[in-house]
Amino acid sequence: MQISGAQMVIEALIKEGVDTVFGYPGGAIMNVYDEIYKQDGFKHILNRHEQASIHAAEGYAKASGKVGVAMITSGPGFTNAVTGLADAYMDSIPLVVISGQVPMSLIGTDGFQEIDAIGISRPCTKHNYLVTDAADLPRILKEAFYIARTGRPGPVHVDIPKDITAQIAEFDYDFALELETYKPHVKGNPRQIKKAIDAIANAKRPLFYLGGGIINANASDEVRKLVQITGIPAVETFMARGVLSHEDALLIGMLGMHGSYAANMAMSETDLVIGLGVRFDDRVTGKLSEFAKNADVIHVDIDPASISKLVHADYPIVGDLKNVAGDMLSQVDKINSDKYETWRDTINNFAELHPLTFHEDTQRIKPQWVVKRVGELLGDDANISTDVGQHQMWAAQFYPFSRPRQFISSGGLGTMGFGFPAALGVKAASPEKTSINFTGDGSILMNCQELMTAVEQKIPVINIILNNNYLGMVRQWQTLFYDKRHSETDLSVQPDFVKLSEAFGGIGYRVNTKEEFDAALKDAVEKNVVAFIEVIVHRLENVMPMVPSGGSLFNMMLLEKKETK
Amino acid sequence: MTVNTDNSERRVVSVIVVNEASVLSRITNLFSGRGYNITSLTVAPIPDSKYSRLTIVTAGSVRVIEQITKQLHKLIPVLRVYEHDDIVEKEMALVKFSISENITEIDTLCQAYNGKIVNVSESVIITMVADEPKRIENFLQAIKRYNPKEIVRSGAVALER
Ligand SMILES: Cc1ncc(C[n+]2csc(CCOP(=O)(O)OP(=O)(O)O)c2C)c(N)n1
Ligand SMILES: [Mg+2]
Repeated sequence: MQISGAQMVIEALIKEGVDTVFGYPGGAIMNVYDEIYKQDGFKHILNRHEQASIHAAEGYAKASGKVGVAMITSGPGFTNAVTGLADAYMDSIPLVVISGQVPMSLIGTDGFQEIDAIGISRPCTKHNYLVTDAADLPRILKEAFYIARTGRPGPVHVDIPKDITAQIAEFDYDFALELETYKPHVKGNPRQIKKAIDAIANAKRPLFYLGGGIINANASDEVRKLVQITGIPAVETFMARGVLSHEDALLIGMLGMHGSYAANMAMSETDLVIGLGVRFDDRVTGKLSEFAKNADVIHVDIDPASISKLVHADYPIVGDLKNVAGDMLSQVDKINSDKYETWRDTINNFAELHPLTFHEDTQRIKPQWVVKRVGELLGDDANISTDVGQHQMWAAQFYPFSRPRQFISSGGLGTMGFGFPAALGVKAASPEKTSINFTGDGSILMNCQELMTAVEQKIPVINIILNNNYLGMVRQWQTLFYDKRHSETDLSVQPDFVKLSEAFGGIGYRVNTKEEFDAALKDAVEKNVVAFIEVIVHRLENVMPMVPSGGSLFNMMLLEKKETK
Repeated sequence: MTVNTDNSERRVVSVIVVNEASVLSRITNLFSGRGYNITSLTVAPIPDSKYSRLTIVTAGSVRVIEQITKQLHKLIPVLRVYEHDDIVEKEMALVKFSISENITEIDTLCQAYNGKIVNVSESVIITMVADEPKRIENFLQAIKRYNPKEIVRSGAVALER
């Protein structure tokens, strides 16, 4: 059929099964918005800032496992979205982001709201396109979705000049894609897999190192079985929280800069690292030359460039984790789980020596308590998103995650302002769960305009603001490494968070005691509207334990013993 | 399980890419963004195909070169990446001399490096040589005494055997 470029966008989104689009209109994308007005194939959610549209699409994608879609205009609309693109790129989140561009005749003339969007998005997308003929749109959009969700997922940006959205051309979407130059490996090499299984069977102290790639590959079930059958202990990265249930006795905890002592010690003592969907990020490994120093490394990943990038892999396996973990499962009978009994005991001793915990305070609520408490009250019924800072680390450390896609946070880029809009996307994707966003008094102000989106769209996200009157994580580094010079991190001057939420039509609570917190959370869940629960927490609490930047995993700063406090 | 910190080595990487608008900037962005260096880069369409061939001379440790080839591969319009030892490599250079220099000697030198005088005008001559990059270096060294006015090097092209 002969339709306009704008109509093609709508048709393609519907054919791709998109049910929710996040976005913000403007001059260059108006033809598409005109078609959005006329259609009812999907819902459009108007955020109040383009950055929030991208984060919402990310939250949607992470919670649903589908491709998130966002739509923005040219110039400032696009540049506002760049942080979101970069965030999605760092965390391998499948997105298709469609931006308007000035008409072809104006490209290169510094036209009104013209910016070289493709030039800017290139380093922070998996791929991008500038559409120069409406006849190419069906292919480009189909490729965009395919590229975003396959292989190592990532954001794909499609920039469409305004005249192309008006151009009439033939639309046909039912064709098979032929991408000669893009063929992700999906099947792991059977010889390599067999070698890896043999290595595991021969190891004395093997350790699963589980990463976010497992969630992207929907391979958590296979991985849970692998861990259970082999009896091999496992550590999770920040991005992998929820791959194993908190109830799994073989889950030692999170590793890395704010990982648990036991997890980091296990990594330091293991003789075989079994890395699944990981990328040896510096926040995980600490000092590279000391990381898992005595171990051989099995590394399974869909992205060949991740393998041996930072740490040499003795057993490299490129493939989709669902396949590879499945193949491994079919050979696990070679592995005798009893063999690792003493190794498991060693690790349990580490955990007993320095358990992951915190000290209560009689005066003020401790932020960690809030996270634990939400876990006790809501547990599996909540999806958890976070902003960036201390509260984020406490959420990762203390929430009892029970399933993949339950924890949604900005890992690679560490984007303050991610949490609230992401939670909107999470709630849109999974309305049956309570959507909690743990945030800080600094971060929440970076996208608090989303209160309006939440009110308008009736998306009842509960933002729990752990208010320490500080840019806490930066303050912590200043305390520890800059001789307590708290340069520009004191947030004593603050808005009235309760009134702020109310001004938009949301609800707000200020909480000073544990009883008040329980009551506020219960009330917010019942009222089912967007909420701010501001919890006044201990100001100077530090995230512990901690591997100082560049230090070795086995050299952690530990929680001070109570008596010495 | 240690980090490889071996020394930097000159390497030639050939890349076959789809001919499309922004493909060259994708490649150069990748190099600059990840801190890889480019000594020279040549690009031209492959006859009777929709592909182009780039020849990139770069330098890095074994690990860096491995990353470069893998990262290149990840770019969607990249069809193939070759990083071989066993290659034939050639480079061309054009050099301008004043007509008052010893043209006979210059011509003889050029011939020793697969070259000749390709243009003569009232005041200058232009010579061309085509040889292995290493030998081009030698040539450029040897002609110094004839006071070359301008030198243009093409960058290397290479083909695996
Ligand atoms: C957009 C952005 N700007 C700056 C930073 C650096 N940064 C990391 S954590 C942090 C403090 C966050 O403060 P808050 O939201 O109050 O959380 P807290 O650490 O106090 O829990 C800052 C400024 C960042 N990660 N993102
Ligand atoms: Mg704070």
